[in-house]
Amino acid sequence: MSSLHRVLAAAGLGTALLAAVAGAEERGAPRYGYGTVPTPEQIAGWAIAVRPDGQGLPPGRGSVEQGAEVYMQQCAACHGTFGEGEGRYPKLAGEGSLTGERPEPTVGNYWPFATTLFDYINRAMPFPAPRSLSAEEVYATVAYVLNLNNVVPAEFVADRDSLPKVRMPNRDGFLWQDPRPDTHEQACMQDCRKPEEVRIVSTAEGKTLTPRTTGPLDTEMPQ
Amino acid sequence: MAADRRDVRPEFHPQGFAPVSPQRRGLLRAGLGLGAGSALLAGRGLRAEEVASPPAEAPYSLSLGPGVVDRVYGQPSRFEAGVIRRNVPWLTASPETSISFTPLQHQQGIITPSGVFFERYHAGRPTVDPSEHRLMIHGLVDRPLLLTMEDLRRFPSVSRIHFIECPANGGMEWRGAQLNSLQFTHGMIGCAEWTGVKLSTLLEETGLTRGAKWVLAEGADGAHMNRSIPLEKCLDDCLVVYGQNGEALRPEQGYPVRLLIPGWQGNVNVKWLRRLEIGNQPWFTREETSKYTELMPDGRARGFTWPLYAKSVITFPCPEMPAKGPGIYEIRGFAWSGLGKVAQVDVSLDGGVNWQRARLQEPVLPKALTRFTLEWRWDGRPALLQSRAVDETGFVQPTLAALRRVRGTNPIYNKNAIQTWQVKADGTVFNVQLA
Ligand code: HEC
Repeated sequence: MSSLHRVLAAAGLGTALLAAVAGAEERGAPRYGYGTVPTPEQIAGWAIAVRPDGQGLPPGRGSVEQGAEVYMQQCAACHGTFGEGEGRYPKLAGEGSLTGERPEPTVGNYWPFATTLFDYINRAMPFPAPRSLSAEEVYATVAYVLNLNNVVPAEFVADRDSLPKVRMPNRDGFLWQDPRPDTHEQACMQDCRKPEEVRIVSTAEGKTLTPRTTGPLDTEMPQ
Repeated sequence: MAADRRDVRPEFHPQGFAPVSPQRRGLLRAGLGLGAGSALLAGRGLRAEEVASPPAEAPYSLSLGPGVVDRVYGQPSRFEAGVIRRNVPWLTASPETSISFTPLQHQQGIITPSGVFFERYHAGRPTVDPSEHRLMIHGLVDRPLLLTMEDLRRFPSVSRIHFIECPANGGMEWRGAQLNSLQFTHGMIGCAEWTGVKLSTLLEETGLTRGAKWVLAEGADGAHMNRSIPLEKCLDDCLVVYGQNGEALRPEQGYPVRLLIPGWQGNVNVKWLRRLEIGNQPWFTREETSKYTELMPDGRARGFTWPLYAKSVITFPCPEMPAKGPGIYEIRGFAWSGLGKVAQVDVSLDGGVNWQRARLQEPVLPKALTRFTLEWRWDGRPALLQSRAVDETGFVQPTLAALRRVRGTNPIYNKNAIQTWQVKADGTVFNVQLA
């Protein structure tokens, strides 16, 4: 049995899958031999992903106070001083309810893991200059954003030990098993509903939200 | 555009195909050449169709058009200039993290032309030099691998036709009908023939070690887009693709290489793919927690809801393509399912009271757009057109009311409800929602 077969068997993956990878070579013997083996430095440079258990978090630390400084210079212009979001830029703070007409999911009331904040800011923010912050600066802004959301106290210091331990308010708010199909309609063909019950309850007619659909691109549309 | 003008004023050289001298060009432009019929007719104040329709000979029928390699990379006719990707500026903070929509109302078959395939960026469209690009595979593998594009192309290759749909397609319409347009309500989808290497081939090459269960895919764009994908799906039917509709991937679709996760939400089909890390648990990235999760009425959210369930939409008539008076029409549309083949499409003309089976047009491929048609004798009275897809798993596309009963109005994603087009007596079409 090849290593791949052993792994799949160990992982409890089905026989169909095993068949799909039939032909996998024995350990240490690639079939094609194309490409090279990346060096540890090459892997370290790109392997930036961070997991909830802390895997991937780099050395370094940052406090809420340091974070406030970085945030004012690098983030506030878009996300607002208190994380309220400027214009259409995302809100970063909020503790409102997730039920009702227009809930506003943010870090504080929605995000299940604090580590995700490090992962995301480190890879994608500040928006115009991703990867421009040092690990310390990322830790500090993470601490600051968590504090804006009242998830951690003002003296919190974020590092590879403290971040995985932060318990986010909505940690248990997710179902990670897809419950679909959750509708069970029948393909009825005749007299499927009473004609008098067919009623228009909403129409796009007369609304001014649709950009032009002919001619040149519509670039100027009010929010 | 300047080059396009030559369509209207073809240059003709009476002595054959010799290059036209600048002076001669000037004469032709002034209407003294043999190809100047259009100018003469226009001078008599005739309308375009009187110039081109019988019994007249059109100017282009009396002259030569531009020769080969006039356009070394072809373009649609300039009369199709309105068939373009469009966006909804109020939807997002900036065009670098935004979406544009495929003009489905103009799509003539199951393949979306590469030039109008919808775009979704999280940090704009990077310009990646394929000679510098690398794909790294590491983590719980026997042999980490660093591949050039040349290496990737040497592996056994496959071509498959699949759609890619953003799960937010139609997401603006949960609370009510907002956008009066097929393009804007359903255009976050495209279907193409993709060519590349099976992900299972690459993972056989690296080997997998104990505990391998998840794959993190990461892009080379400024967002470093990252998603966790179960290994089982990766080994099933996923591809690492570099070809789209017979040519290299378009930059908009991830040039030089992207992931293709057939039938699953667009976001996991990571573009500008640069890294695959094999692990024993998911990463819970921002794109699978903060985004691409669905908030339910009880305040809890669903995550990892990857497959796109059966869906369909009538593309003619639609708000952009109204009916023009009573008579016989062919109702046309697309159906698709992320779980396999489309088995059946039904069409209603009365808002779902009665349904008729539509004709499916070959090819009917798994996880691909499928065309359906139905002849419609329109008497000119108002109608409420709907289409309903059933896929090979037996799943029936739900009404919006049924979907809302379970999921409320806040999920944003995975809205695969039946669409209703209201056709008024004058033939105009509006996006409406029924009770
Ligand atoms: C130029 C404007 C801009 C600046 C400056 C900026 N951001 Fe952002 N930020 C954005 C945009 C736009 C998004 C949404 C991106 C997307 O969805 O693809 C975003 C998203 C985020 C998110 C995710 C929000 C959510 O709910 O999913 C976080 C967290 C964040 N930014 C933190 C930061 C931090 C920390 C900084 C400073 C280091 C920063 N941003 C600087 C524009 C900006």
